[in-house]
Parts: sequence; structure tokens; C-alpha cells
Amino acid sequence: MGLTLIEKILLSHTEKKKLESFIYAKVDFCFGNDVTAPLAVKIFKEAGFSSVFNPKKIAFVCDHFLPAKDIKSANNVKILKEFAQKFKVNFYDINQSGIEHVFLVEKGFIKPGSLSVGADSHTSTLGALGCAAFGVGSTDLACAMYEGRVWLKAPKVIKFIYKGKRNKWVRAKDLILYTIGKIGVDGALYKVMEFHDKMVNKLTVEERFTICNMAVEAGAKTGIFEPDEKTLKYLERFKRFKVDLRKLKSDKDAQYGDIIEIDVSKLEPQVALPYLPQNVKSVKELRNVKINQVFIGSCTNGRLSDLEDAAKILRGKKVKKGIRAILIPATPLIYKQALRKGIIKVFLEAGFVICPPNCGPCLGGHFGVLDKHEVALATTNRNFIGRMGHPESKVYLCSPPVAAASAIKGRITHPGEVL
Amino acid sequence: MIFKGEVHKFGDNINTDDIIAAKYLNSQDPDYLGKHCMENIDVQFSKKVKKGDIIVAGKNFGCGSSREHAPLAIKGCGISVVIAKSFARIFYRNAINTGLPIFILEETDRIEEGDYLKVDLSQGKVFNLSKNEEYNCEPFPSFMQEIIKRGGLINWIKERRK
Repeated sequence: MGLTLIEKILLSHTEKKKLESFIYAKVDFCFGNDVTAPLAVKIFKEAGFSSVFNPKKIAFVCDHFLPAKDIKSANNVKILKEFAQKFKVNFYDINQSGIEHVFLVEKGFIKPGSLSVGADSHTSTLGALGCAAFGVGSTDLACAMYEGRVWLKAPKVIKFIYKGKRNKWVRAKDLILYTIGKIGVDGALYKVMEFHDKMVNKLTVEERFTICNMAVEAGAKTGIFEPDEKTLKYLERFKRFKVDLRKLKSDKDAQYGDIIEIDVSKLEPQVALPYLPQNVKSVKELRNVKINQVFIGSCTNGRLSDLEDAAKILRGKKVKKGIRAILIPATPLIYKQALRKGIIKVFLEAGFVICPPNCGPCLGGHFGVLDKHEVALATTNRNFIGRMGHPESKVYLCSPPVAAASAIKGRITHPGEVL
Repeated sequence: MIFKGEVHKFGDNINTDDIIAAKYLNSQDPDYLGKHCMENIDVQFSKKVKKGDIIVAGKNFGCGSSREHAPLAIKGCGISVVIAKSFARIFYRNAINTGLPIFILEETDRIEEGDYLKVDLSQGKVFNLSKNEEYNCEPFPSFMQEIIKRGGLINWIKERRK
């Protein structure tokens, strides 16, 4: 019986010949941020651990409350800095740091076929490169830093096949929102979502990131794409990896828990309504929803292609009076590239405010927190009660083009209406 | 281990932003986190909880972020055990790793707010003393039982290393 890609990667990180239901797997890379890693450091110290398995394979990326929003947040960054200095692990503070799941790819830490754990649920994003990447907790991170290992349950795999031809304004975000709407927020609980792109107009690698990013919103252990030439070409600009692509594919006779085919031909841009990512409707059904704030950014949609996509709509236009529009490029590199390409100018002239690379208002921490009864439309990943601020505020989720078009109109808007 | 306490009942998909909102994540102090537990859905929650009380919920409890602050907040406000139809994956890991007792129970619909429960961890049994009913929980796989038995992942690793 054949194996799926994720099973092959897991097996290659054990000493066993066959994949058992529970494994204590070797970790190629582990990381945490300024929210989860300080707790991991505390646990590490309290446990009496006095060494790390390999400092080069550990990174702290400050991205949640950055630049420090208050004294406690400043202290958390200091805790990480001191630990990093002591144990020589990688540490990234502002001006050389960005959103972890985007930034770590730029730094060349993530190799196809590797196994990473990150103390952040959106670690699943990295599966877009054809690696095993699992979100874990702070105790897991503390133990991974110490032993270089993590306990994992061998997962069932669901295969998702996107086929057909996408409409002009349909993006990766729409595909994954539609998928979550179809299977529900626990539709892939404990399982791995293996994605296949058989569409006429294919996904870019950056679009694959968006899809894997939100696999966790369906309860999945992670999302994964089989790596291909496109993956390696994308990574080349950051680091050249030697990878045998033939070995990083699911076998033809691999066992799947389920196989779900999704024909995208009739799909329209999607929006997830409060308070769960599964509450998905077509943007055309939501024309009367007025908004107070638009946010473009996050580990889901804060990459250069997302910014370019939104800028195409914003060029020469203005954000509607009274709407707060926020752009956060995911990393300093993306910010610089967007600046060079004139994208930042487009956003500024349209009336967006641009914040430094970080998670921003996505989790209601910083840079654009909502007050009571306020409504935001965001390219982020979660719309839970109080996610972006006040428990009586609301968050709608969408793609960058829908966010840009809606900023211009002041209500949820189909990009075709503006361009 | 046996726990006795009053039930605080919740529905499906209770997420980690419900359990502890992101604005409090700059702290790792269980008492501070506990004071804000479930604040987004019930401002009075932490005041209502008596030490040893029990959370009973529907499916996918703890979905959302990986924040271990969530089980810390639950412990911090005095909850002894969480029973749900299913748990989101990272919350489940975090509970096992940090030694917060959790139970998977299909029949949580039979349990109501205010019911008084006796929970027998080792036998996997829940006794509803208010309704005079008994429910059997799904046993944990033996690998996880090893971690639970040692009170969490840190102790499990330390024993392995001996």
C-alpha cells in the first residue's frame, strides 16, 4: 500500500521502517513568536533544561505586538532576546523581522520535504512548499528546542482537487473560503488537507500559501501541496535547495480518508461572515454590508502578489471618505519591493495608512483595533467574536481585490464593479 | 483522580479568542489570564466559577490559535476539567502537554448548566449527580495516557532521559 506525501515526510523523520500511529519525530526547524515563545522560554527554564538541540534550527520571530504596544509586550521581546543571546538561537526583532510564516520562507529556513513545528496555528502556511509544518503549543516548542523532537499522531489525509477555470476575480482566498464553507470549521479535524491544482489557470506559489494558511480554519493538522519546479523556482530567490522532487509525491495507491473535487468554474469571490470562517457567501449577496475599516495584510494575504493585486484596483482611485483603510506588508522585504514597484505610492495616494510589518489588527492586538459595533472587512483568516477588538464588533473575511474595491465604495463590493 | 464540580455549559466551536482574548496574551500569569477567561462571551464567567467547577461544551472546543494561554486561563480561573464532544487539535495537544484534564464525550447534550458532576479520570467515567446518569468517555490512546500519567510532556521527557 502506498503512502501520501505527508506520511512519507513523517516516516523519514523517525528511525522506524513503518509509520506507527504515534511517532516521536525529529524536527528540522522550530520557531515561535513574541506571544508564544516567551511562554516556551518560561517552561524551558522551569523544566531545568540547560541546552538546545541545535541553535541554528531554532528561531524567534517577533511579529504579534510589534513595535511593542505596551510594557509587557516590550518585556516579552526582551525575554526572547536574552534567551537567544544565551543559547545563540536566531532572533528577529523589528526592522529585520516580519510575519513569521512569510518571513521564515524568505530567510531560507523551510525546505521542501522537511518537518517544522511552530508555536502558532498558522504554521500550516508553510505546507505550500511541500513540507510538513505543524502548529503546536508553547510546551511543545520548549521541548522541541531542547530535544529536537515532537510527538505526532499519524494523520488521515483528505485530498482536495480544484479543477475547472477560475473566473477573473477568483483568488486562492476564495477557493479556501469556499472549501471551509463546504466542509465546516471542523471538517478536517486532526486530518491533513492535501491540495491538488488541476485548474486551467493555475495557482501561484504565493496563492498556495494562502490556501495552506487557512487549512487550520477547517480544523486541519496542516495543509500541503506536492512541491514542483514552480516551488523550487520560487524559493531560488531566497535559497537554492537540493531536492529530489520525484520522492516528494503521494503514491498512486496511497490511502485517503476522502477525496473531494471542487469545480471552480462557477465560483464567485467569497466573503466569510461573522463569527466563523465557514459562514461563507458570494460577495454579490453582501452588497449592502457597510464597513468602517478595511485591512489588507496578514500571513494569509500580506505578500507582494496580494499587494499588487489590490493596487491594480486602487490605482488612481480614492478610499471612500470616513473609511479607515490599513495596509501592512508582511515583511520588510515585501515593503521594499512594493516601494520599488510604486505599489506603496498607489496605496498612499488612495488614502491607505501603511503600518510596519507585523500581524496588525488581525488578532485585535495592535494597529487598528475595532470599537463596539464597528465592522471590518479584512484579508485575514479569522472572524471570531471580538477577534479584532470589541466583542460587539464584526469582521468579514475576503481576498485582496475585494478588500480594495470595498475600500473605495465603503461597502462590500465585487472588484468588477470598480474596475 | 476524581473531580467534583458544577457545570458551566458552552456550545460548539468555542475558540481560543473566546477562552482568552488576544489583548491579554502579553501575560503568562495563570491568575491574570484566568480573570479574563471566556470574557468575550460571558463577562461574568471568571466570577461565577468556583474552584473545581467543570466546563462542558459541544464540538471543536478550543479551535483557532495555538496559544497555550487558553488552557492556562481555564486552569487559572479554577476549572478542574473540560468535557467536550471534540477538541480542536492544538488545544488538545496543549491540554495533554500541560496536564489540563480533558475528556471527549459524545453525550454532552444531556448535561446542563448547573448540573453537578463527578468525574473519574482514571476510569473515564462521568457521573451526573443532578440527573443520576452515568456516561463513559472515549479512552485516550496509550501513548497519550503515558504523558497524562506523568502530568504533562515535560515530566514525560525527563523520565525518558533518566
